[in-house]
Amino acid sequence: MSEDLTNSSLGAMTYDPAPESAAIARLKTAYGLFINGEFSDPSSHESFVTLNPANEESLASVAQASVADVDRAVYAARRAYDNVWSKTTGAERSKYLFRIARLIQERSRELAVVETLDNGKPIRESRDVDIPLAAAHFFYYAGWADKLDHAGFGPNPKPLGVAGQIIPWNFPLLMAAWKLAPALAAGNTCVLKPAETTPLSALILAEILQQAELPEGVVNIITGDGSTGAALVDHPGVDKIAFTGSTEVGRLIQQRVASSHKHLTLELGGKGANIAFEDAPIDEMIEGIIDGIFFNQGHVCCAGSRLLVQESVADEVLRRLIRRVDQLRVGDPLDKNTDVGAINSAAQLARIKELTAYGEEEGATRYTSSCPLPDKGYWFAPTVFADVSQSHRIAREEIFGPVLSVLTFRTPEEAVAKANNTNYGLACGVWSEKGSRTLWVAERLRAGVIWANTYNRFDPTSPFGGVRESGFGREGGRHGLEAYLNV
Amino acid sequence: MSIAPLRLVTSDERGVRLPSDSSVPVIENETQLRALLSGLSGVDAVGAEARAAKLATRSLKKSTKLAALDLAISMVDLTTLEGADTPGRVTSLCTKALHPDPSDPNVPSVAAVCVYPDLVAHARSVLGASPVKVASVATAFPSGRASLNIKLMDVREAVSAGADEIDMVIDRGAFLSGRVGQVFDEVVAVKEACGAAHLKVILETGELATYDNARRASWIAMLGGADFIKTSTGKVGVNATLPTALVMLEAVRDFAETTGVVVGVKVAGGIRTTKDALRYLVVINETAGSRWLSPDYFRFGASSLLNDLLMQRLKQRRGVYVRPDEFSGD
Amino acid sequence: MSEDRLDVRKTYKLLINGAFPRSESGRSYEVTTAKGEFLANVAQGSRKDVRDAVVAARGAQSKWWGQSAYNRGQVIYRLAEMAESRRDELAEHVRLAEGLSSKKAQVCVSRAIDRIVWYAGWTDKIAQILGSSNPVAGPFFNFSVPVPSGVVGVLCEQESSLETFVNAVLAPIAVGNTVVAVASEKRPTPAVLLGEMTATADFPAGLLNIVTGFTGEVAPTLASHEDVDGIDLGGVDEEFANELAQLAAGSIKRVLRPGPNEDASLRRLRAFVETSTVWHTIGQ
Repeated sequence: MSEDLTNSSLGAMTYDPAPESAAIARLKTAYGLFINGEFSDPSSHESFVTLNPANEESLASVAQASVADVDRAVYAARRAYDNVWSKTTGAERSKYLFRIARLIQERSRELAVVETLDNGKPIRESRDVDIPLAAAHFFYYAGWADKLDHAGFGPNPKPLGVAGQIIPWNFPLLMAAWKLAPALAAGNTCVLKPAETTPLSALILAEILQQAELPEGVVNIITGDGSTGAALVDHPGVDKIAFTGSTEVGRLIQQRVASSHKHLTLELGGKGANIAFEDAPIDEMIEGIIDGIFFNQGHVCCAGSRLLVQESVADEVLRRLIRRVDQLRVGDPLDKNTDVGAINSAAQLARIKELTAYGEEEGATRYTSSCPLPDKGYWFAPTVFADVSQSHRIAREEIFGPVLSVLTFRTPEEAVAKANNTNYGLACGVWSEKGSRTLWVAERLRAGVIWANTYNRFDPTSPFGGVRESGFGREGGRHGLEAYLNV
Repeated sequence: MSIAPLRLVTSDERGVRLPSDSSVPVIENETQLRALLSGLSGVDAVGAEARAAKLATRSLKKSTKLAALDLAISMVDLTTLEGADTPGRVTSLCTKALHPDPSDPNVPSVAAVCVYPDLVAHARSVLGASPVKVASVATAFPSGRASLNIKLMDVREAVSAGADEIDMVIDRGAFLSGRVGQVFDEVVAVKEACGAAHLKVILETGELATYDNARRASWIAMLGGADFIKTSTGKVGVNATLPTALVMLEAVRDFAETTGVVVGVKVAGGIRTTKDALRYLVVINETAGSRWLSPDYFRFGASSLLNDLLMQRLKQRRGVYVRPDEFSGD
Repeated sequence: MSEDRLDVRKTYKLLINGAFPRSESGRSYEVTTAKGEFLANVAQGSRKDVRDAVVAARGAQSKWWGQSAYNRGQVIYRLAEMAESRRDELAEHVRLAEGLSSKKAQVCVSRAIDRIVWYAGWTDKIAQILGSSNPVAGPFFNFSVPVPSGVVGVLCEQESSLETFVNAVLAPIAVGNTVVAVASEKRPTPAVLLGEMTATADFPAGLLNIVTGFTGEVAPTLASHEDVDGIDLGGVDEEFANELAQLAAGSIKRVLRPGPNEDASLRRLRAFVETSTVWHTIGQ
């Protein structure tokens, strides 16, 4: 009933463009490798270009680190560990981390713009989520550096040494913070490799580390492609590998370090289920489902990419959901009113298109937002698949894009069984006003993070990470220290 | 405890075209009403507040902002509800209502002037046949602590003095003690007493305390025949908030979808700045939709807000910030 | 043994799903004492036995974890009671297997039993040690609890026939996992005996499964089995462990390569738990 009766169109009031200025980014034309406290050219003198995915224009040229450069970075980290950082007290390490946190806050606007330019995510998200959380992570772990004796791992826990850290392109600065802050607090030195398509915010972070006067070599940031990451993983001078990325690559890394004594933590893919019970707070749940899958264009390992909805309310939920999807504002990531930005790369866009094509082939019903898409850049309209079965590829494989698969269930038991019917186990959502059922479900879900009546919330005090093929180890909280201590 | 007798409400009486497949039954007794209310979805406070906060980050620029400013001005119920109100005060308010910015004829007049019942006749005489409505609070505003007869008298007097719109208060005490039938009955009775005048039902959400209550009270008012549901009297500690408005806009949207009847929303109390007002417009735009982006279905109960809207409007045109003294202090 | 009667010899069998089958392969192998004398014929488990054991462990896991922590402690403590009452038998096998004096073997058994008691006490405490309430910056109740990884494969230490077996097997069990253990190849009988005791200790079927046989033959099956969530490589040499760790990576298994002083810390208890964090909104 309805839309005709009320004759009300949502979002009819159009918003004039409200773009943040790209000039705030103050990007340089070229960036070197940050090794031993300074930027230097790569040994090969090779570089690559990082693009703005929203318009395919070049943002800056970035160094391609070779095996020799990785060696140089690891050596710098080792020297800094042996000579400086392992002799720096926890209280002093703490103050460096506090300094870094403050500097991130001070340069937050610049960092937000850089992140949005390089990644394609809406400025609202980089401004309100990525950058503040990155600062918060440094603040949180700053306080741990001189309290490790009390972290529950016995007296005087020791760091691991040199940590090689490989991070993905979906939350570039935030992932750098998740990796660096606990590692440094625990007393390790680091070699960080940002993702090939999103290196810029990490390079700004390198400038911040210089401003903070962090001793040279304690953090080294090397840019490059997969070969750079592989060289870091294989380097015998590395004591610890921390990787966030796809399960596919995580598996290869686990295999490569299997013959070494490197410590390893992996934060990999997911196929999170959002479970919608009939007694859920429906308006907030619709928002939560939307946030769950369209936040950051669905480029989120813990995205709620499967909606499991109780059959009794399935039609109603789907109707409201589609109405809401149609309202999402897709476009210029720098526009403060943009809800969904650009897909990060041509390769990712191709992957999303491939999997959604399967969805249609397999017989799912496709709803695609009617939003207009820009001509240039990598774009994918928010999409919902209804009538999805457990066996469909779109219900099993991680799409890592703005695509939701909707399935139904009849009983709590069936909801849990369907939610757990995956090799992944990163995150799930539960929507119900009934506390006892929520906890019953939460207890049975095989997932590292469970959001009840909310979704995609992150906090430095809250451990994050997966079970099964979503990886092992935790980031955040007291638990996050374990990944960087020899305990 | 006796169950309050509920009048049988037929679609004719309410002027409501209940669709044949409507999931909202005609309410015949308090038990049915209570069942209907408890069947409404709960509101997760954190989610509602997060949604409102997110919408509050929308940035309205240029032509959007100009249009929004004029729209907001046209939605103002310019209000004075003080013990010290005089005919003189009401006269200047009415003058301002007709021509908020005398230097610019393009500035729309406000939607209504809102006064106590005893000043309705005076306001009516000043406003004459202009499109600006006369609204009157009634029903022992703001506490509503009087007998139904007195409340109905209050309403009838205001209407006969020329009020186009009546802002009633619900009996929060009855609501909070579970006598939802009584609340409903009062709305129905007041609606009847209003005759042709439009009825705005003040829920006083600050006293109802929870969003669940705001949603339920919204439905009681709408089922009882409200033309508008209104957040607050402006006389208690917590008045209109963005999340409360969000919940009430969801209620009118859902009610319209279920019954075909479009009920308006009025936010009142504490809305003083353009920034606040524009945020409400954004929430309307993205929750209920274009139908409510009109003074027919959305109002700001305010006084000082108008001058801030006018100042922002002039700033947009002149390109510089203007003095408060550009506009009358009424 | 009495001179005038023929003794009844025991066949040492597998423990799978609460039953004591021979290997489905029909094979057994000869186990000798530390001095090289014949000790027993022991079932030589096959890849298929490992597979059956994993199925049993998977089937038992949610049931075991679904019991209250208090109950899990009672069950494990019951094993200590059983072991204590049959300690001489255990000591005799430890003596023969490890070539110890009777006295040293008794000490070894005492330590193993005390360790069982230690684990019995952990079941309802580990969540308080490894869990947390997290003060997130927002209106959310947020807590983290340790949950079991699921099914854990244990390649038992070759030299220590009982004590390390107890540690390696009961640590994952205490925190809610079910276990498929490959007993020490040369010294399997104390483990088999303890396995028999679980049958009278209220261990649910499938909680502890013990495969005896050639570690080199069955370990790759266990390490590569995708329905095994974690593996303890304590019982194999470094080169083989590297190979198995690579197989384990295929399904992103949690891998424990125990160090020399493993049992002094909580590392064994932490090795096969996951941290599950729950957020819930706080509002009126």
